[in-house]
Amino acid sequence: MPFISNTDEQRKQMLEEIGVASFEELLKGIPEDLIITKPLNLDKPLSEFEVTKKVNELAAKNTNTSEMVSFLGAGIYDHFIPAAVNYVIGRPEFYSAYTPYQAEVSQGTLQFIYEYQTLICELTGMYASNASMYDGATACAEALLLALRHNKNKKVLISSLVHPHYKQVIETYINPLEPEIVYIPHNNGRIDIEKFKQEMTADVSAVLIPSPNFLGVIENIEAIEPIIHENKKALFIVSTDPLSLMLFNPPGKYNVDVVVGEGQVLGSSQNLGGPLFGFFAVTQKLIRKMPGRIVGATVDTNGQKGYVLTLQAREQHIRRDKATSNICTNESLCTLAATVYMVLMGKQGLREVAEQSTIKAHYLYDKICKIDGFEAANSGPFFKEFAVKPPIAPAEIISKMKDKGYFAGVDISKYGYENQLLIAVTEKRTRQELDAFVDELEKLVK
Amino acid sequence: MATKTIFEKSISGRKGYTLPQCEIDNNISEIFPNGLLRKDPPRLPEVSELDAVRHYIEISDKNHFIEKGFYPLGSCTMKYNPKINDIVNVLTGFTDIHPMQPEDTIQGALQVMYELQNELAEISGMAAVSLQPVAGAHGEFTGVNIIYNYHKNKGQHRTKIIMPDSSHGTNPATSAVHGFEVVELKSNKEGKVDIQALKEVLDNDVAGFMLTNPNTLGVFETDVKEIADLIHSVDGLMYMDGANLNAMLGYIRPGDMGFDIVHFNMHKTFSTPHGGGGPGGGGIGVSEKLVEYLPVPIVKKKDDIYYLDYDARYSIGKVHSYFGNFLVMVRAYIYLKMLGDKGLKSVAENAVINSNYLMVKLLSEYPVPYKKNIMHEFVACGEKFKEYGVKTLDIAKRLLDYGFHAPTIYFPLIVHEALMIEPTETESKETLDNFAEVMLKIAQEAKENPELLKEAPQNTPVTRLDETNAIRNLDISRNLRRKK
Repeated sequence: MPFISNTDEQRKQMLEEIGVASFEELLKGIPEDLIITKPLNLDKPLSEFEVTKKVNELAAKNTNTSEMVSFLGAGIYDHFIPAAVNYVIGRPEFYSAYTPYQAEVSQGTLQFIYEYQTLICELTGMYASNASMYDGATACAEALLLALRHNKNKKVLISSLVHPHYKQVIETYINPLEPEIVYIPHNNGRIDIEKFKQEMTADVSAVLIPSPNFLGVIENIEAIEPIIHENKKALFIVSTDPLSLMLFNPPGKYNVDVVVGEGQVLGSSQNLGGPLFGFFAVTQKLIRKMPGRIVGATVDTNGQKGYVLTLQAREQHIRRDKATSNICTNESLCTLAATVYMVLMGKQGLREVAEQSTIKAHYLYDKICKIDGFEAANSGPFFKEFAVKPPIAPAEIISKMKDKGYFAGVDISKYGYENQLLIAVTEKRTRQELDAFVDELEKLVK
Repeated sequence: MATKTIFEKSISGRKGYTLPQCEIDNNISEIFPNGLLRKDPPRLPEVSELDAVRHYIEISDKNHFIEKGFYPLGSCTMKYNPKINDIVNVLTGFTDIHPMQPEDTIQGALQVMYELQNELAEISGMAAVSLQPVAGAHGEFTGVNIIYNYHKNKGQHRTKIIMPDSSHGTNPATSAVHGFEVVELKSNKEGKVDIQALKEVLDNDVAGFMLTNPNTLGVFETDVKEIADLIHSVDGLMYMDGANLNAMLGYIRPGDMGFDIVHFNMHKTFSTPHGGGGPGGGGIGVSEKLVEYLPVPIVKKKDDIYYLDYDARYSIGKVHSYFGNFLVMVRAYIYLKMLGDKGLKSVAENAVINSNYLMVKLLSEYPVPYKKNIMHEFVACGEKFKEYGVKTLDIAKRLLDYGFHAPTIYFPLIVHEALMIEPTETESKETLDNFAEVMLKIAQEAKENPELLKEAPQNTPVTRLDETNAIRNLDISRNLRRKK
């Protein structure tokens, strides 16, 4: 049998030592009608060579983004990943280790998590970060759960420009607590501040604002914050693209209480949308309310510096039904990729990634808006992604451009943004690709 | 030796990357209003590629990992994961695909998901499977959310979820985040669910029952069908925590035992390495009456075309931004294709034999309070060493000195000074013999030279770490430290 070390002879010896005649005897006491006597209906086993062949064929059936010129985004982006990132996360010392419960033999994992937490704090301008959530959507949901527990208010205000999938995840997560969810209307790509003010009543528990939002537009966090904190209890949660924090003022600067977001842009491939990871950062006063694992520095019996999992009294394995969250397994290896990515790119490189993506996105936006029949969907300042209204159906553009070698973007009509195409640009796109894309679009709508 | 953090290795002006030229002449400050732009750049390190790689290799060397040695963490199923699975990391047909691509460009990926859904349904005896949850606790979240919505949909307000006192911490935590009251049942003398106690708390407020089988003592819940009948008699739902599924692959199926929902720990049972804490996979299987509650989408097939089906009448919605941890699914897919029915059965057989063998080898020094119907793991009690001033923690730390990872300790809570040991099927008799020999030696040390244990570990990158100090002088990011 594959991946089993013991031989029949060894098993026989072991059974003898246990004092039974057969494996079946070990099952004695289990109701017989529960034990399956016929084989499961599964394919016959393949050898390693055969399975390699099969899996290669399946992978080849997919069109990958490197075969195309891709403008797909909507939360998952095609940024460049240096080879050293995958080299480090491919080390079994990291990927074959369990959660670092035995700190003395897990210092590698614990130290990188400490460095990761620090990097997230630097980016967001917050005091504390946990070791990761499942993805951006669940990070948003957990932030709202934190708020609902924290102040016991029941009303939750969420920007209607939150990613529509996040909206679904959030509702699934928080509905059992029976909150009143109000979606803040939007106007021209940003939330409508006047309408938001009207909803900002004393019973609000939390306000969740994505920036950049689903349409790629940066919100005016500076103007929104004082409106929220007039209510002393309400928490301000911002969901963001960590790369955008290289260019724009970090939420921490504006007294935001919780900063969350999708971390995939930091060194993870697109992976058909998973694994991803959510980051989660808070102010000093909320540290003990945070979900998930946290690593802290300490000393050993010789006074030497080391790291441990800390503040575990928040967690399910200690607090059970009083825990701050039910999370256990997280997305640790993806945060290692993020750590190595941020370290390699460094202060300059990460800024350059953000700048190039932005400059290229704005270049493409200007050119597309000049094509006859194309219109900008919004006017707010945007990061690396924007929505346009094409003269023909977005679905038709996507389908026809695919045949020409482009993933033209995401059709967001189905999410209520009627006749809009969402286009994302990363530093990987060249000027030549952008120009050629515009030419093809022009031809298509002529 | 302590390793400096990467921040302390930073040298201003050093670079570890290259990027293409931008080719477009523009300036960020001209695009955006001034007030928006960040003036104080984040203090990211500046290092060369070699600096970075060497730093992470240096710290990686301080980890214990499965390729290096035995990892008998109970409940965690630290089996060896075949290297063929790592092929998923290099196939761009899997890594470089976007979840919003047209469906006709991801047919290979959808096929993997479709076949895996069906295989897991067959293995578990459930009617349908969703692969969307990305961790065991995430699967539990999805399952309990289904329980909540099932009753709500029937116009019922159910308030309680029952579970044994040996349950994983995620079970009560998941129930509580749904607003359920957790009712913990004291286990009986055999470490199983006490049927009489269950009958006493059973009423129409009960939404469901969460059970791990084999339970966290490694004991098979032989009365599981009676439990299911009782729960079903009040229209409650049976949830199986699938953490211990490894013990019965190919032999016993959750569906046949009367469970309505089960989660799979893809990373434990179906061979994804744990990554230092994740990513994992936590797909769930459900019985016929709950199929319409599954999160969307599910992969379906029509005329040889695979597609994403969002049409489920009572769907709880979504629990992940896209489809779950796809790369973990591919690993499980490969693993199942290589094992087939016989391979799965041999996993269960060897896991159970290894565990029973190791238990017998250790019994002379480490009594096991609940040892009837032991399956893939067992829980020993270290209480007798207290008379020498030695705690289970000390035994665990001493094991590290001998190059083994420690078992799970102090869980489940119903065994004092618990040592929860799961050898898994991939370990050889020689490894188990070596481990047993060391465990017995440590028992002698505890009696003759307890200081050796109390001062352990000594042969590790750091000696015993001060957890109280970590809380008292909280240092969880350099930012926090600076601003204090």
